[in-house]
Amino acid sequence: MYVAVKGGEAAILATHDLLAERRRGDPAIPELSVAQIREQMGLAVARVMNEGSLFDPDLASLALKQAQGDAIEAAFLLRAFRTTLPRFGASVPLDTAAMHIERRISATYKDLPGGQILGPTYDYTHRLFDFALMANGSRPKPAAEAATRLDTHMPRVPDILGTEGLMEPEVPPPGDPKPADLTREPVAFPVDRDLRLQSMARGDEGFLLGLGYSVQRGFGGNHPFAGEIRMGAVAVEFVPEELGFAVDLGDITLTECQMINQFGGSKDIDPQFTRGYGLAFGHAERKAMSMALVDRALKARELGEAATYPAQQEEFVLYHSDNVEAAGFVEHLKLPHYVDFQGELELIRKIKAERVATAAAAAGTHKEAVE
Amino acid sequence: MSFAGSTSSEVDYNYAYLDEQTKRMIRRALLKAIAIPGYQVPFGSREMPLARGWGTGGIQITAAIIGPTDTLKVIDQGADDTTNAVSIRRFFERTAQVATTEVTSDATIIQTRHRIPEEPLTARHILVYQVPQPEPLRKLEPSERETRNMHAWAEYGLMHVRLYESIARFGQVTTTYDYPVHVNGRHVMAPSPIPKFDNPKMHNADALQLFGAGREKRIYAIPPHTTVKSLDFDDHPFTVQTWDKPCGLCGATDSYLDEVIIDDAGGNLFVCSDSHHCETRRASGHRGTMLGEAVGAKLAGDTAQGGRST
Repeated sequence: MYVAVKGGEAAILATHDLLAERRRGDPAIPELSVAQIREQMGLAVARVMNEGSLFDPDLASLALKQAQGDAIEAAFLLRAFRTTLPRFGASVPLDTAAMHIERRISATYKDLPGGQILGPTYDYTHRLFDFALMANGSRPKPAAEAATRLDTHMPRVPDILGTEGLMEPEVPPPGDPKPADLTREPVAFPVDRDLRLQSMARGDEGFLLGLGYSVQRGFGGNHPFAGEIRMGAVAVEFVPEELGFAVDLGDITLTECQMINQFGGSKDIDPQFTRGYGLAFGHAERKAMSMALVDRALKARELGEAATYPAQQEEFVLYHSDNVEAAGFVEHLKLPHYVDFQGELELIRKIKAERVATAAAAAGTHKEAVE
Repeated sequence: MSFAGSTSSEVDYNYAYLDEQTKRMIRRALLKAIAIPGYQVPFGSREMPLARGWGTGGIQITAAIIGPTDTLKVIDQGADDTTNAVSIRRFFERTAQVATTEVTSDATIIQTRHRIPEEPLTARHILVYQVPQPEPLRKLEPSERETRNMHAWAEYGLMHVRLYESIARFGQVTTTYDYPVHVNGRHVMAPSPIPKFDNPKMHNADALQLFGAGREKRIYAIPPHTTVKSLDFDDHPFTVQTWDKPCGLCGATDSYLDEVIIDDAGGNLFVCSDSHHCETRRASGHRGTMLGEAVGAKLAGDTAQGGRST
């Protein structure tokens, strides 16, 4: 068979048409609306917003629709749009202590001010198919309202420990500089925590999950407690220069995880608990928890620990957790490489020919010697 | 901000896609790169609407330097009609309304992946390379902190050891592409995965050569008339690839050849990787031995068709 690897513009245009057809599927089946994705695929939408670094449930849903549900492709679409948006400023730091709680659990205290709020979670579902969902049209019965209202005061667990001086304090670096932004400025190593957290917030959930798991399982010495996981709406406030006071831009849903880790102390630092922090858009507990595990592992340098494991090495973690970059480079192997491959072919043929010639010459010499 | 209600599928983007602030940032990085030949300048690489690893570094450089009076040529593997070259050319046709060409001498900017055109470039050309891995020392040292120190101290002994080990084991340097070069007597530089066949074309070139690595967020450059020396040893001088046969289509003996498999029995045909070079030679009467054969005629026809589509 004869193979030619030349492709033309017509082929590219045709593949776009084919893709559109494949995306739509059987036209006899009603088309998904973006609103349906936003409302009924909320966890997928959250993942796309996280890895796409943009809180916009509508656009994230559109991205999922356009990408046939491929989370990385959808995040890529969102990022390529995000990069064109003007930056008009930074919000006031979000106050997650004032979160409008939907879910809040702590694994370190049986009870605590504000209590344990289970909220919507898959944690205690039995993973048995609900075949009723196969037939559309069923409406879930509304969840019963709690007898008492939620406590308005829901202190964050590490803050409770902090008052006793048992928790590593969380203080801004000297001078409280503006946080770095790796989407605008190149990264220079070593990096500070602001950049590590930004990088992980947009990092691949699966990659961070694997790294977090590695820390917990044996490739890392951290023994974390889930101090607190909370999820709910938080107000975003912005101070316009011409006003001089904060205005509320709206609420976004966030998941925050604070891991509490043991730390034996060092020559300069008293024994105390140390923190791992994770924050993600939407309801994204697995992401926030993984991030918190890796955040703690990456503090190795600051805490004077030897960085022996992959999750402790910031270059390894930061360079390889970005799934849009990783997917691009892995998938670029699909591009033609026949110029370089030809170079390798030529080299191997040459070495082989030289070895055959050397062997023949050696055999000839040997024959002469025998004669 | 929500676009859910918007019915328009086209958003207005700035000329050549990137905003002007970003272009200025890239131009500043380019000026620094030109001032320090071979030095990798970190830059705030943007997320592009094309995949990382598919030429986003080159695209950002081209977007930062292109203007309406430019003529753009885009090649991949030396050819204008490879799919990604077509895709990148379409991107600039759409976003920069720029004239495009396949004729090397007509172009003012040539964006390339893996080749330098056979036709010598002149002062009118800017050659923009797409770079997957800008760090020539990366395979020797995975840490960026370390490699930046090694460049700062011009500590390149490790690279020479690698070349030496290759000679000791195989009798020759076994690097066939992305062959490291020493630029302006100072920085060791990755020439991008061009075949080492093309390395000599970089030396004292009349054209400005710019290198963009989007994913790795680095820009570097070789200004015109700069020394570019492929690393070697006195007793093992640098050599380039040679072929036993000339191009099957145009008979060229001095161009880089691609191998095309023509049957199930290992039959092959060698043709110029630079499609424009090959077409130009055929148009001026050069004929390779395979041009009369069905396979050769089909190959020549394919590239000619690619030529008409733009």
